[in-house]
Amino acid sequence: MSTIQPRVEQPVSDELALVQAAKGGDVAAFEELVRRYDRNVFRIAQHITQNREDAEDVVQDAFLKAYTNLGQFQGQSKFYTWLVRIAVNEALMKLRRRRPERTVSLDEEVKTEDDSLPREVADWSPNPEQQYSQAELREILTRTIQGLPPGFRTVFVLRDVEGLSTEETAEALDLSIPAVKSRLLRARLQLRERLSRFFQKPESGDGNK
Amino acid sequence: MKCSEFLQELTNYLDGVIDDRTKSELEDHLAWCHNCYVVCDTTKKTIEIYRDSQLYELPEDLRTRLRSAIVSKCQQHKKTGPQSV
Ligand SMILES: [Zn+2]
Repeated sequence: MSTIQPRVEQPVSDELALVQAAKGGDVAAFEELVRRYDRNVFRIAQHITQNREDAEDVVQDAFLKAYTNLGQFQGQSKFYTWLVRIAVNEALMKLRRRRPERTVSLDEEVKTEDDSLPREVADWSPNPEQQYSQAELREILTRTIQGLPPGFRTVFVLRDVEGLSTEETAEALDLSIPAVKSRLLRARLQLRERLSRFFQKPESGDGNK
Repeated sequence: MKCSEFLQELTNYLDGVIDDRTKSELEDHLAWCHNCYVVCDTTKKTIEIYRDSQLYELPEDLRTRLRSAIVSKCQQHKKTGPQSV
């Protein structure tokens, strides 16, 4: 079984030059950085906030905050990692504002009972996503990932959807590497388990052997 | 190797960050344990489906609108200085 290939990232060689120019007040250089990462920031924001208007606000606020705080960017990490960190914080603030009744924190203690042992072990159809229309699939995937606790969801999105490394994810979320790894494992297994309901082979009704 | 031990290593295995010895232990386990094989395979599919899903793509018109709002705020900030933001 082959491993998961990370999304190929664009070379960042010219990026420091753009950041330097933007630091010096070159708004056009900063606009280029916006162009590079606005889609990623929007996706991350919408995954966290689960709300379109909030995600739009997060995109604007995160980039503006990045621009006004560029002086604090040290260049030790990638600009993108630094930006994601800002965006995640903005998104979490939005989420907290909308759901003050629930604690929303990335370090919330998530129950450690053995939720990692899969219960449903039915095999999937060869191309499960083709059993559904685009719209249906989108609905299934959206609902499924929205059911994860924010701390799991965010780690999964950064690592597996946006292709950040474990180290970058840890840095962006201010988590330890073991914490990122354990959340990622549980997020992956929980998503798998939930998707199994939709994707398992039709003939194998009971998957528990 | 027990199934629970296999699962603990699943993420490292899928990400390909694992030493050769552990890797071959995991693959020995996969060879006889159908459940873990299925879990491993469908977890990999889960990741791929999400990666390719293009959930929450930013529509071009909204993208343009957001970008010009950001740029004009940045210009504003540049004119009036850091204190005003
Ligand atoms: Zn097993």
